Amino acid sequence: MPVFTLPPLPSEDNRWKIVNGTMRKNGYARHALIEALHTVQSSFGCLDDDAIRFVAQSLRVPLSQAYGVATFYHYFTLKPPGKHTITICAGTACYIKGSDKLIAAAERKLGIKQGQTTADGEISLMIARCVGACSRAPVMLCDGELSGQMSAEQVQAQLERWAVE
Amino acid sequence: MTIEELDQIAASARSEREKFEHEINVCHGTGCLSQHSDRVKESIAQALQALGKNAYVRRTGCMGLCAAGPLVLVDPEGSLYQHVNPSHAEKIAASLDDKPVEELQCNLREHFDQQVHIVLENSGRIDPERVEDYIASDGYRALLMALNDMTPQGVVRQITESGLRGRGGGGYPTGLKWGTVAKAKGDVKYVICNGDEGDPGAFMDRSVLESDPHRVLEGMAIAAYAVGASKGYIYVRAEYPLAVSRLTSCLRDARRHGLLGNNIGNTHFNFDVEIRLGAGAFVCGEETALIASIEGRRGTPRPRPPYPASSGLWGKPTLINNVETFANIAPIIRKGSRWFAGIGSARSKGTKVFALTGKITNTGLVEVPMGIKLREIIEVIGGGVPGGHKFKAVQTGGPSGGCLPESMLDIGVSYDALQSVGSIMGSGGMIVMDDTSCMVNVARFFMEFCMTESCGKCVPCRAGTAQMHTLLTRICTGAGTMDDLALIEDLCSTVKETSLCGLGQTAPNPVLSTLKYFRNEYIEHIVEKRCRAGVCNMEAAAEVLA
Repeated sequence: MPVFTLPPLPSEDNRWKIVNGTMRKNGYARHALIEALHTVQSSFGCLDDDAIRFVAQSLRVPLSQAYGVATFYHYFTLKPPGKHTITICAGTACYIKGSDKLIAAAERKLGIKQGQTTADGEISLMIARCVGACSRAPVMLCDGELSGQMSAEQVQAQLERWAVE
Repeated sequence: MTIEELDQIAASARSEREKFEHEINVCHGTGCLSQHSDRVKESIAQALQALGKNAYVRRTGCMGLCAAGPLVLVDPEGSLYQHVNPSHAEKIAASLDDKPVEELQCNLREHFDQQVHIVLENSGRIDPERVEDYIASDGYRALLMALNDMTPQGVVRQITESGLRGRGGGGYPTGLKWGTVAKAKGDVKYVICNGDEGDPGAFMDRSVLESDPHRVLEGMAIAAYAVGASKGYIYVRAEYPLAVSRLTSCLRDARRHGLLGNNIGNTHFNFDVEIRLGAGAFVCGEETALIASIEGRRGTPRPRPPYPASSGLWGKPTLINNVETFANIAPIIRKGSRWFAGIGSARSKGTKVFALTGKITNTGLVEVPMGIKLREIIEVIGGGVPGGHKFKAVQTGGPSGGCLPESMLDIGVSYDALQSVGSIMGSGGMIVMDDTSCMVNVARFFMEFCMTESCGKCVPCRAGTAQMHTLLTRICTGAGTMDDLALIEDLCSTVKETSLCGLGQTAPNPVLSTLKYFRNEYIEHIVEKRCRAGVCNMEAAAEVLA
């Protein structure tokens, strides 16, 4: 019977060791696929082809299945994010409080659509399905930091601060 | 760990507390933290030191009234301060042993007086990451009582007699579910806590996990003892990083104190819990989809039976309950089923936590006894609609629920009553809308949500939600006809009757309920090309009509 050997790390990058660590902790079991992809995304910012291939081979999961999981869940992204990310919540409470105006303001200011990154790779505009801070609606996350009761002007002011940097 | 040792920890935590004359609790829930309540805590601590005051400053979980955050509660005086910022620290510190700071006081008696706290009894009162705090408020006592003095059957019986029903939305009797898993054959069984709070506009589970994580762990351990499981999973959304980090630290503490792991309470009972992160899929709230996700696959549901109770995670008997359900367990074991059954209405016992949001003055988290009138929640506890606007509808149950008009506000909140008027209890989101919301647009919003969240496995849901969304968009842009309306109604019943899982079966609810109570708004959009709330942009269509 052929003995299974683990694939080599894709590159010298130390972050691959973190990914490998998550898989080793789970005994390279197939059910660790989502956990491993979470580690890839938190280390590298997105899931690229190399990463999906590496994880799939390490866990002996068909590549199609790994790709299927990576594209099924909204939290995973295959495109690298910009230097900064602004996430505007479009949950029900935020929608009722006018989050569509915030989204429109950000789109106008950045000249991109939701889910895209500016051409210079500086800012990504993302939409969240509810971040669970509904009592402070409408909310936005700037590089993960939450601010509540936002207005379109405040969104634009934040984007300007980033542009000046 | 024995009951005596637990008592010792509780006693030493209490005597530690008695060294201080005052306790200053600073809310560190998500809402208050987003307004930098951590800085408030720091500056209060500094001010106390500078003034040489003898007080203990504690970070706590959510106090509920997020609208007035950041909140600070001073005990034993019981003064609650609202909208506190670091510059108020000195005033608060100086006010100890003196009169409370008047300009910061939050006087919302009616908001708190109507509430009954079971699930939230420790929220805003203890430091979520200090197991000693939890033990000092009777934490883990129920677990040790169950292990030492009760049989697993006895635990199931007590839960059954309490009348507790699943708080995730379905309202299935919890005792019955536990009994089924307990009776299922198999040496390996699992307990899963469903913390995939996908319903947009709801944050009860997040708050419970962030404010009192040990309570959920204790509930899971008692459940595991009752059904004969030795391994548990908590499935939490990756969007809740604070909940995940607090849970991780609490798991470590519980293991260190011998409250999780092997030989819990010096008995032969072993149980441990692992955290699994969700990855943003609403459908994973459905139990079979959630199981698929824990197994590392795409979260698609499968037909039931077999139910997870007989064949769940990796084909083994599995108990799945919601965060809030588990949070109710310890008090029921501690205080008895009769006490719990005495709260609430005839067929819905206990309390329900609601996330009160939208166009309402006191946004935040409330816990009310079942059977309370919707009107009381909205007008008394919630403080009504702000800004001189008029109440239009209240939405419960998220994308699976419905919108209820003013005329329905006098029904009592219970699983059956809400269902009979076309909505559902759901997990506890309660979103209030005023006259600036267009009900057709709200229906379109929810349909868009269901369309993008449909997993695509069954055709009625995948194609039906997309078609309904197209039709609703036509109506919202003024291109709709009365035939479209008939088609929507027809599609609603098809999708409802033939979808595989709860997502599709309930997706038409927001449309059906708005059609039932706000049909005139649909007609206005179609015939007069007019949106009375001014939300839908119909100018182009209106011009053609003119």
